[in-house]
Amino acid sequence: MIEVRNLCKSYGDYKAVIDVSFTAAKGQIVGFLGPNGAGKTTTIRMLSTFLPPTSGSATVAGFDIVAQSDEVRRRIGYLPENPPLYGEMTVEEYLRFVGDIKGVPRASLRSRISEVLERCFIVDVRRKLCQHLSRGYRQRVGLAQAIIHEPEVIILDEPTSGLDPRQIIEIRQLIKSLGRDHTVLLSTHILPEVSMVCNKVVIISRGRVVMESLLSELSRDKSLEQVFLESVSREEVVDAAACVNQGA
Amino acid sequence: MRNILAICKRELLSFFVSPIAYFVITGFTLLVGFFFFNYFSLFLRMYQMAPYLQMRGMPMPNLNQTIIEGVYQTMLVILVFLVPLLTMRIVAEDKRRGTFELLLTSPVSVSEIVLGKYLSLAVVIFVMLAITFIFPLLLIVYGTPEVPPILSGFVGVLLCTLGFASIGMAVSSFTENQIVAGVSSMVTLLLLYVIQAPAESLDGTAAAVFRYLSPVDQVQDFVRGVVTLKSTVYFLSMIVLGLFLSQRALDALRWR
Ligand SMILES: Nc1ncnc2c1ncn2[C@@H]1O[C@H](COP(=O)(O)OP(=O)(O)OP(=O)(O)O)[C@@H](O)[C@H]1O
Ligand SMILES: [Mg+2]
Repeated sequence: MIEVRNLCKSYGDYKAVIDVSFTAAKGQIVGFLGPNGAGKTTTIRMLSTFLPPTSGSATVAGFDIVAQSDEVRRRIGYLPENPPLYGEMTVEEYLRFVGDIKGVPRASLRSRISEVLERCFIVDVRRKLCQHLSRGYRQRVGLAQAIIHEPEVIILDEPTSGLDPRQIIEIRQLIKSLGRDHTVLLSTHILPEVSMVCNKVVIISRGRVVMESLLSELSRDKSLEQVFLESVSREEVVDAAACVNQGA
Repeated sequence: MRNILAICKRELLSFFVSPIAYFVITGFTLLVGFFFFNYFSLFLRMYQMAPYLQMRGMPMPNLNQTIIEGVYQTMLVILVFLVPLLTMRIVAEDKRRGTFELLLTSPVSVSEIVLGKYLSLAVVIFVMLAITFIFPLLLIVYGTPEVPPILSGFVGVLLCTLGFASIGMAVSSFTENQIVAGVSSMVTLLLLYVIQAPAESLDGTAAAVFRYLSPVDQVQDFVRGVVTLKSTVYFLSMIVLGLFLSQRALDALRWR
């Protein structure tokens, strides 16, 4: 479903993403794990066709992210790092707009909206203006927006940031349930989140992939925690330790 | 088509939920009303002096020339300053608040984004101008002006405003700062408004070119009731140029 081959991205002289390769199969929930500034958002923006890669290539849902970006856009749901909400719209109006531009059939739009409202626990704020929502609710509306058109591939950039512990548990549950019929790629810098939600982990550090592994293979001999600390470079151990200690 | 309409609808909602559109429309109506009554009293004054003018062999005051031309030409000046207030946020705001990431990763093309946004501007502008059409309508109801030039003049002003909006949108597409977009479009439109100035010290083709580029002269044709191909082409090219530049600016963003 997602195949990344030697993807690179430079901002001027600065290389933010270097030779990143990994795959995500259908039905997998892949955790894209790395400390702050590792290049997670940059990689995700390339996969979601927002940023063009400097070199390398990737296919999402079987289509090339550069040459067939239109096809990719039709098949992905994407939650950017900052939920892309229009403050002056109510949650319902906003979801209707997104449903329109994502090509949800008119006949089923109403039922799709009520379904995602329920799935993301935002039924009670549906008449509120997006600008009046708290951070956690903004995040959930962002998530609702990403799944309204039932995309094959769902890409989430730090879906649980800004949520309180109870919300985190609910959203993780939701993501797990999405994994049943979609492919999910989610970025995070919270290590326990990966072991709780994902069935595959890709660790990125300073723009390079340092490890790619199924969780089932991993826990046999070592814990994810050990692997992560070993795989990120020595200078980053402080950063990395912070990831390990964070989160629920 | 569905995408264009969805984007247009969303922009219209923004215009009327945030008070910008109301403010601009109200301001425009007040200003145009003020100038209308000024030109109207000027006309009355000239009318009272008509016998003297006649005695000296000077032309009689004319409702169309005095009021309609005056009001339509003044509208252009006001629009140079008000249209940027409508267009400055149209693209820049999306870029700043990150909703652009949503638009650019959705199955909509850049031209659909551009056309949807432009269509919303066209609707607001049409509403704004239609409201001020009350003033010429007063003349038609209570006086005996020549009606066709009033109508063609209105079309001229409308086309010109649509051209201004297209340019304003292009400027807004090049920045994520609304204030920068607003000020730059005002400067651009003001320059365009006075562009025939060099024609006075030039002659031949150069002078003709500067005169052709002036929206004032082009609208004047419409106001006089002569709808020419030349002026129509002028306004349509202005609209197309603005749309084209907006499209280029957003394409460049997608493939930066
Ligand atoms: N537009 C940009 N111009 C220049 N440098 C950038 C730009 N965007 C990101 N960077 C740099 O690229 C590197 C990777 O950034 P990125 O946002 O991908 O990290 P991240 O893994 O998402 O971090 P975080 O966990 O903090 O979200 C950082 O060093 C960042 O400063
Ligand atoms: Mg990030």
